[in-house]
Amino acid sequence: MSGTALSAIRPPAIVLGPWGWARANLFSSWWSTAVTLALGYLILRWSLDFVVWGVVNAVWTVPVNAQGKADATACYSAKGVGACWAVIADKYRFILFGRYPYDLQWRPAVCIALFIGLFVVSGLRAFWRKELALIWLVALTAIGILMWGGVLGLAYVPQDMWGGLPITLILSTFGLAFAFPLAVLVALGRRSTGLPAVKLLCVLYVELIRGVPLVSLLFMSSVMFPLFMPEGVNIDKLLRAQIAIILFAGAYLAEVVRAGLQALPKGQQEAADALGLTYWQKTGFIILPQALRVVIPPLVNTFIGFFKDTSLVLIIGIFDLLTAGKIAISEPTWQGFSTEVYIVLAAIYFAFCYAMSKYSHGLERTLDRARR
Amino acid sequence: MSETTADPRLTGPRAAPRKRIRLSWSDPVFRSIVWQMVVVGIVVAIVWYLTANTNRNLAARRIATGFAFLSRNAGIPIGESALPYDPAVNTYGRALLIGVLNTLRVAVVGIVLATILGTIIGIARLSHNWLVARLAAIYVEVLRDIPVLLQLLFWYLVLQSLPAPRQSLRIGDAVFLSNRGIKLPLLVWETAHTGALIGFLVGIVGTILFARRARRRQEATGSRPPVWPVALVLLLGLPAAIWGALGAPFAIELPVLRGFNFVGGGTVSPEYGALLMGLVLYTAAYIAEIVRSGIQAVAGGQWEAAGALGLSRWQVLRLIVLPQALRVIIPPMTSQYLNITKNSSLAVAIGYQDVVSIASTTLNQTGQAIEGIGLIMAVFLAISLSISLFMNWYNARIALVER
Repeated sequence: MSGTALSAIRPPAIVLGPWGWARANLFSSWWSTAVTLALGYLILRWSLDFVVWGVVNAVWTVPVNAQGKADATACYSAKGVGACWAVIADKYRFILFGRYPYDLQWRPAVCIALFIGLFVVSGLRAFWRKELALIWLVALTAIGILMWGGVLGLAYVPQDMWGGLPITLILSTFGLAFAFPLAVLVALGRRSTGLPAVKLLCVLYVELIRGVPLVSLLFMSSVMFPLFMPEGVNIDKLLRAQIAIILFAGAYLAEVVRAGLQALPKGQQEAADALGLTYWQKTGFIILPQALRVVIPPLVNTFIGFFKDTSLVLIIGIFDLLTAGKIAISEPTWQGFSTEVYIVLAAIYFAFCYAMSKYSHGLERTLDRARR
Repeated sequence: MSETTADPRLTGPRAAPRKRIRLSWSDPVFRSIVWQMVVVGIVVAIVWYLTANTNRNLAARRIATGFAFLSRNAGIPIGESALPYDPAVNTYGRALLIGVLNTLRVAVVGIVLATILGTIIGIARLSHNWLVARLAAIYVEVLRDIPVLLQLLFWYLVLQSLPAPRQSLRIGDAVFLSNRGIKLPLLVWETAHTGALIGFLVGIVGTILFARRARRRQEATGSRPPVWPVALVLLLGLPAAIWGALGAPFAIELPVLRGFNFVGGGTVSPEYGALLMGLVLYTAAYIAEIVRSGIQAVAGGQWEAAGALGLSRWQVLRLIVLPQALRVIIPPMTSQYLNITKNSSLAVAIGYQDVVSIASTTLNQTGQAIEGIGLIMAVFLAISLSISLFMNWYNARIALVER
């Protein structure tokens, strides 16, 4: 009896390998199979169309005449069937560096490299120590010297000649560098129990800024700020926008820092008090080092937000990456090839933001593991 | 045993000894008062300095402060307006009111659409089908990492580069896509439709009341009277009956090409369409992540336990998983709703006339910079505050009631 019964029960069919994986993840039911086939067809078709448009039929270069004017006839004849990457080939220096003097554009290029280096160094945990602040100070000073010039034999370049990617990086990075200390102070003020007046001011600041759009702050910086200044004092447009971004970033970062402060067990405060530390000793040596470590991933995410939000300065006419792209396509030669420029701009923004968000994800996992 | 060493538990509560403030730096109360006076003093000094400068500058430029300009004649042409508006006669006040309505039109529709799309994509990310899950993940990654302004400009470009009305893309004879916007057929509105709408609203209230009764009944007796037949009658039957009783009018106004443009029908302008599309697609990526993490936050054991009790998959989702997931979802969702509202101010970049756009035109024409910016901020603060209050109320309603 036992022999027949056992042989009647077959082991469950398990298929391994790619086919087994596909059975489980793509064709597990009729419904799933239908969705897979439909989506697969659409993806295949669209990617083929895109490759044909973007690679096969694309125009990569166009002849440039003696005056340096590009001749876009080839692009116009390929319009609709092929991309015109020639607009990028012709305009990439303008999109990246704006109106910065052509011969001196190695300087903003070095600045971009410095910014990227600064991000990478700040991301390495081996550098998470007090010296990092010094590195930032040195790097930001070097960037300022390179952009402005006027010292060390570098020719002076006025600020209204700057443009493109360095402006985007300057607005976001300097914004972070100045907003961060402000945010820590505001967060501490908002958490303080003994100082109701200070707490009220901090709450008002944070809630007011977070309740209004950045555009309104930028408008404020461009039309209202000149009214605030005594006569004769003229602060340039970029600096005013930078101040608006710092105030804006400060409020959002303050909330992130506050979350870190709240996550800290109360015992840490009490133990520090018991040791007789003063408020600033307690905050500087006990509270902040622990609280800030916790909030690094959300800080990075907030920074990604600011990096994208700096594109809003387009609205008040500051020459950042997006504005440079928009001006490049408003040129009569290249009108009608905006899609290509937008794709490249999107790719640049995406590269920065994606790298940072991947980093923040990885960090979150590492920190989670360390805490367990 | 002397009285001073008596057990405090026996003598009852005693007032804490009154602390006297000493004028010494080692007294924490004194210190905190000094610190606060210093901080408040600095803030007041800065504000006073800026106000003094502003007053001097305004006087020098001969700009009168105040909101008197609101009742002056505007002369701003407005493309889309929910209220009758004529730039020749109407005032700045009315123009700004139209701006506020236009902002709300984008924000409300955007919030609804982004919630629907975001929920679909968030659930798709958890799909068992690998292709669906990957696609949803790619959507989220790509759309989140590109500035929303760039996306808006791109969609505006797409909508503007549609063919001219004569060569427009069409779906039947009803929907036309052209560079003048999207033309849709419009129902000719009559009293019967208003009646049907009121009937529908009454139906909603009735259904809610009946569902509540059914619930009480279930709690008392254990058996639940079926709700759906009543809901069907109230939600569909009642409006249909009113509509039929009033003569069942049904006429559709189709857009018709006349000369170089369309006549009749409803319009979605390229500006509004691009703004809505950009905001919805961008915010949906964030909402998808919120929905996904909310559903994942509900432990798998909940599904299994509910299944073991004999609930259907839909019942498990509705009665067990969603109520728990919502607690995680609602707070971050609130901030996305606030973001969509605030990001609607990017309208100014593509020429949709929201409150920011109209206020900035106003302040350019009148020079009333402070009042203009103040109005923008007040409008957004009011909208933000209303959304926060509503969402906080909803959050409190669904929050875990702890003993």
